[in-house]
Formats: sequence, C-alpha cells, structure tokens
Amino acid sequence: MGGRESELVLLDENGIRCDGRKIDEPRKIMIRAGGLKNADGSAYIEFGDNKILVGVFGPRDVHPKHMSNTDTGILRVRYHMEPFSVTERKNPAPSRREIEISKVIKEALEPAVMLEKFPRTAVDVFIEVLQADGGTRCAALSAASVALADAGIPMRDMVAACAAGKVADTIILDVNNEEDQAGQADMPIGYMPNLEKITLLQLDGVLTPEEYKKCVETGINGCKIVYDLQKKALQEKYFGSGGDQ
Amino acid sequence: MENKRKYVIPGDVITSGPYRPEQNVVLDGNKIISTTIGISEIYDDSVKVIPLTGKYIPKINDLVIGKVISHSSLSWELDINSCYVGFLPAQDVFGRDFSAHADDLTSKLKSGDLVAARIANFDRTRDPLLTISDRDLGKIDSGDLVEISPSKVPRLIGKRGTMIQTIEMATNAAITIGQNGWVVVSCDNPEGLLKAKKAIQMVDERAHIANLTDQVIEMLESKGEM
Repeated sequence: MGGRESELVLLDENGIRCDGRKIDEPRKIMIRAGGLKNADGSAYIEFGDNKILVGVFGPRDVHPKHMSNTDTGILRVRYHMEPFSVTERKNPAPSRREIEISKVIKEALEPAVMLEKFPRTAVDVFIEVLQADGGTRCAALSAASVALADAGIPMRDMVAACAAGKVADTIILDVNNEEDQAGQADMPIGYMPNLEKITLLQLDGVLTPEEYKKCVETGINGCKIVYDLQKKALQEKYFGSGGDQ
Repeated sequence: MENKRKYVIPGDVITSGPYRPEQNVVLDGNKIISTTIGISEIYDDSVKVIPLTGKYIPKINDLVIGKVISHSSLSWELDINSCYVGFLPAQDVFGRDFSAHADDLTSKLKSGDLVAARIANFDRTRDPLLTISDRDLGKIDSGDLVEISPSKVPRLIGKRGTMIQTIEMATNAAITIGQNGWVVVSCDNPEGLLKAKKAIQMVDERAHIANLTDQVIEMLESKGEM
C-alpha cells in the first residue's frame, strides 16, 4: 500500500488523528473474561469499534483422529467474520484472508501455550468477529489469550497484541480502519510482556530501518497497555475487583 | 517474605531465587512464573500455584467418578470428565477367571452407569487405566450426580476434610467426591439430599470466599428450621 490520495486528513498540524486520538493513544479497549457458559473458556473484547467474541474448548479429544500428535497437544484456531461485521455483507464461507489470520493467530499463541502437557489432545479456539473496524487480528489475538487463560490451559505468558503504523510520515499507535486503508504502513505485533518476546510481527507497507525500530517500540508499548487490561479482566472474574490478597 | 499467598495469572513472576517449581509453575532463568490463574503459595523450598480453573488431568491414585460410555470385549470405556477416556479392564470386575466369550460385559456395567474408580496407571503415552478392586469402589447404585469444577474439589473437601464432614453431618448424606469434579450424593431423606446438593453447589460458586465454611453451616441450619 503506497498511501492512497484521499480527502480525509489523517493527521492534522496539531498531531491529532482522524478519530481525535493523539499519535501514541490507543482506541478505547474493554475486555471481559468469561461470559459463555458452554465453552471451557471465553472472552469478549471491544477494541474501538471492533467487537470480538472468543470461545475456547479443550484440551479435548482430537477429531479427526489422524490429526492428533502422540508427543504433544495441537492448537486449532478458527478466525471468522460474521456476515454483518462489515458494511457490505461478507460471505460467511472462510476467505483467503480469514484462513491466513487463523494461521497467524495460531502461530502467535503457540509459543505461549504449553501443549506438550496434553499429548493426543486438541485445544480449539473459535474467534467470531461481530463488528470489524481495522486491527481485528490484534484484538482477536488479545481476546484469544484471555479465553485460553480462562479455560485454564497452562501458558508461559499471556499474549497481548496491538498494531502500530505509519500515517502522514509519522509513526502512530493502534491503526484504525481509515488509517489502514489510506495510511503508509500497518504493523500488527503480538507480544509476551513478561518474557519480552514477540510472537507475531507482520508489516504491510514500507518503512526505513529507523522507522521500523520506532514502529516496533510503539507497538510493544501498545501491547503493554492491552496486557494491563487483560490482567484486569481476569482479575475481575477470578479475584473480584481486588488484585492482591 | 512479604506476602506468601498471591493471586496470579499466567506469566506473573511469583518469586525469584532457589525454589523448587511444583504444580503450575515454570522456571525461567531464576524467575518462577505462574502458568495458570490461581493462588500462588511459597513454601520453604518450593513454589506452587493452586489453580482456579481448568480441566481435570488424571493422576495416579486419584479417586474418580466415571460414567460408562461403551465397552469392547475386554474393557469398558469411562467418561471421567477429562480430556482422556478411562479404561476399566474386564478382569478387574469379573476377576482372574474372566473369559471374553463366556462373560457378557453388559451384565455388570451398562453404558450410563456410574462407577467409583481409582486411577491405577497413567502417563503421557497411555490413556488412564482404572481399577475398582479396592474398598468402597465399584458401581454406584444410588445417589445423585453433582458436577462441579475439578479445580474446586480441594475446597469442597476442605482442610483435613472439614467442609465435607460438615455437610455430611448436617444432612446425614453420604457423599463420594471424585477428584475429577463429579460428586455423588445419596441420602435417605429427600430434604437432606436437596440441602447437601445445594451446599455442594454453593462451594462451587463461592470457592474463593474466605469464611465459606461458616456460610455453608448457616445455609444448612437456616433451611433446617424452615
């Protein structure tokens, strides 16, 4: 994406973005753990105008049997957008894009989840995007990690995700739909905050080496903000409102 | 040590230093990290996390309640509320002189029957092997099944069995707790049965509350007066 010309002002002279945010300000984020009775673990996230519901099952029997692995458990992720999640009806059949996002989210969660404790089983993660507004893969990844923790699946760390990008030659945090369409670069980052390791890094656009470094740093700062909210969501469900005993 | 018990979520650093990592923790360098949501406990030389959520993972010698799903000519398959199915060999029920063509497995256990069993063997290469050759084990003929979260079983038993004794004494019910979160309650008095079931569900819902035993006693007594 080379940055299409548009009448939309992405960044004004005061450093305010098209939706009124500052350059290092994420959208309003709300995360709730639990909520689905029949799933082993679940989470709901509102990331700006993104609304995503995640359900986790497992560890459980693998069907079809040939997919099971005698050495370790397997992780299966389905990212799916509802037909009504975007302005024009989306065909509910999985598209190329959804298959790709399912794959990257799976690979972003795998370093955190300790599947080797459950050989011959599967952990299934179902992600339903109810409303999309740019940055769904990051929001979905953050919610999936909360849902996995809610299901009690052992994890080395939580995975928090947030995007950074480049708009009007400036590095910004948390790219929204307009900025994604008309901006110069978009970089979703998945990050394990305690282990300080990156589990997802994609980049759509062109950045100089300096911009690249700044973009990763900005994105990681966003992940830390998301992590605090993930933590709060889990604490609220399991420990009431109080943190430490 | 400033605080020995702490609420933790996956990734939280519990402590650093020369401790032995036990349940639900991993060692990363010299940091000890929680892998689940729970309450961390630091002992003199070890650290563990008591989980607040999660499925039942079989452990050798655990008492579990299983439900018969199906059988082959040599063994039954039992649902033990875990990610693995339990195997109960027919020899265990019929004795050493079991013969696959002479004995009919359905004569002893049909699908849907509840069984109290002990995990005889389990490792990561095999499904759990069950046994009923012990006192108080075997087919459960009467009683109601209550399902609770497996992570709350220790809370239902209480410190040295205080919680479960309280419920049993107040209601005159006989309660068998499976480590897998399935509990069978039987009682001659229907009112006692209802009360015992309610008390068990109460423990499941409010496991994190500190003076739960008092609340359970209060509930059991207040209903008795009605």
